[in-house]
Amino acid sequence: MHTIRRIREYGLSQRQLAVVLLVPALFTILAIALYPLSQTFWLSLQDYNLKFAAQRKFVGLGNYVKLLQDEHFRAAFSHTLFFTIVSVSMEFVIGLAVALTIHRPFWGRGLVRAAVLVPWAIPTVISARMWEWMWNDQFGVINDILLRLHLIAKSQAWLGKPGTAMWAIIITDVWKTTPFMALLLLAGLQVIPEDLYESAMIDGAGAWQRFRHITLPLLRPAILVAIIFRTLDAFRVFDVVYVLTGGASDTETLVVLNQRVLFSFLEFGYGSAISAAIFLIIFIFSGMYMRILGLELEVK
Amino acid sequence: MRAHRRLRATTVLFYVWVVVYVVVSIFPLYWAINTSLKTHNEIIAWPPTWFPHDLTLANYYATFTEHEFGRNILNSLIVAGGTTFLALLLGSLAAYALARLRFPGKLAVMGLILMTSMFPSIAIVSPLFILLRKLHWLNTFQGLIVPYTSFALPLTIWILTSFFHEIPYELEEAALVDGATPFQALRLVILPLAAPGLVTAGLLVFIAAWNEFLFALNFTLDNTTRTVPVAIALFSRQFEVPWGELNAASVVVTLPLVLLVLIFQRRIITGLTAGAIKG
Repeated sequence: MHTIRRIREYGLSQRQLAVVLLVPALFTILAIALYPLSQTFWLSLQDYNLKFAAQRKFVGLGNYVKLLQDEHFRAAFSHTLFFTIVSVSMEFVIGLAVALTIHRPFWGRGLVRAAVLVPWAIPTVISARMWEWMWNDQFGVINDILLRLHLIAKSQAWLGKPGTAMWAIIITDVWKTTPFMALLLLAGLQVIPEDLYESAMIDGAGAWQRFRHITLPLLRPAILVAIIFRTLDAFRVFDVVYVLTGGASDTETLVVLNQRVLFSFLEFGYGSAISAAIFLIIFIFSGMYMRILGLELEVK
Repeated sequence: MRAHRRLRATTVLFYVWVVVYVVVSIFPLYWAINTSLKTHNEIIAWPPTWFPHDLTLANYYATFTEHEFGRNILNSLIVAGGTTFLALLLGSLAAYALARLRFPGKLAVMGLILMTSMFPSIAIVSPLFILLRKLHWLNTFQGLIVPYTSFALPLTIWILTSFFHEIPYELEEAALVDGATPFQALRLVILPLAAPGLVTAGLLVFIAAWNEFLFALNFTLDNTTRTVPVAIALFSRQFEVPWGELNAASVVVTLPLVLLVLIFQRRIITGLTAGAIKG
């Protein structure tokens, strides 16, 4: 009621005021996100190298045909998939353990909660360079620790070898992003009603039974959201790979490949086709996840 | 007696896990601080020393003189600050409309905003580069601030809408009944009550802009606009990485961030999780 009266003083209807308030934000989103996206698809249909702009020509789906036959693209796709599956799984298991740990009060909890946030607070590029130094083959502290523990016989070039480079990247990423996973799961834990646990205890349920039959089922929506967020994020991994290996040693992911094609080779036509492919894969992913999530909520 | 012993064993195990996790979380930062305070000779000694033997601030000095790292910090402050200001300004207007006004197509607008929040930035980097080149916006601050704002708006609008929802209508109404003009009601009632939401959204936007790398790497050309992540990623001297100076630079920008996050930890946790769980 009051809103209507108030707006009348401005001489605007509620609908008009909404337009006035929304236009600046929506225009920015349309102009700098949606319009460029359509341009990406348009560019992807052309043979267009920035260095030879005059030779630009329309090639239809030619770039996409090339894409399917490109072994670099196929390799990048499988590296990305491997990275995503392994890192998100590890983050989920460790993140759940962390969330369960800081959910209940114990001596020193404040300190632990603060420490958990430290990796999250450090920019990815910086944390990657800190780890690059620790992974260093000649002076790195990781070689030092593993040698002292007699887990390796001599120093290893972790980032220089195809077998270990991807694992080094995954460990660096897990260190950095587990806090985010833990926070999302913690928020889910906090909305589970306490009396459920109390009545289960009265009925004689043990700790494992309470976890299995109360925590896990009720945490399901939070688990799904956390895994969706992290999967979408992991699939477009760039910073950590760019810094640690630059894509060498069998670690090139899709976005790293895309960056190379666009800004090293200046192939804006073919590069845009890779961008469009990445967008479509993520779009399909999120669509599937939304469905799963929607069904979950309906069942509840 | 046996139950007691088992309880003690699980307590010990619990604390072992907690200590290991805390140490692993903090160690890389400790190691960067340790390295940054060493001399060049100590940095390349084997085995590495776990404490600096000859404490020196030479790396910090070189970071700001030889590498002009102060310029990068200033650039990042301008870009992240500008983005935060723009995103909060445009975002709070839009959020007010979404939270308080009734108009057709509201669901479509919210769907559109939610959809763009899933955009990978790589998907638009090529046309954006061409656009910025056409506008002569490459290697400028606005060339980063405007794209960052566009990417920050969905989260900003999402958080602010939920905060505006929680401010009761009656307060605003009471102010109007008491003779306040609509502008006074907004300034004296709504904005103070929405302040926690503005701080939360502002912090998250600032951190995201401060950390962004892909656009910053491609849309800046030299040190006049290069932000901190780009400078850190490209940090080098001919033929070798100056590890001492690199770690000094990393520590300089990381410590304030870590402090900021620790001070605002409660607010950040609610802000991060509000969008995901409540929404």
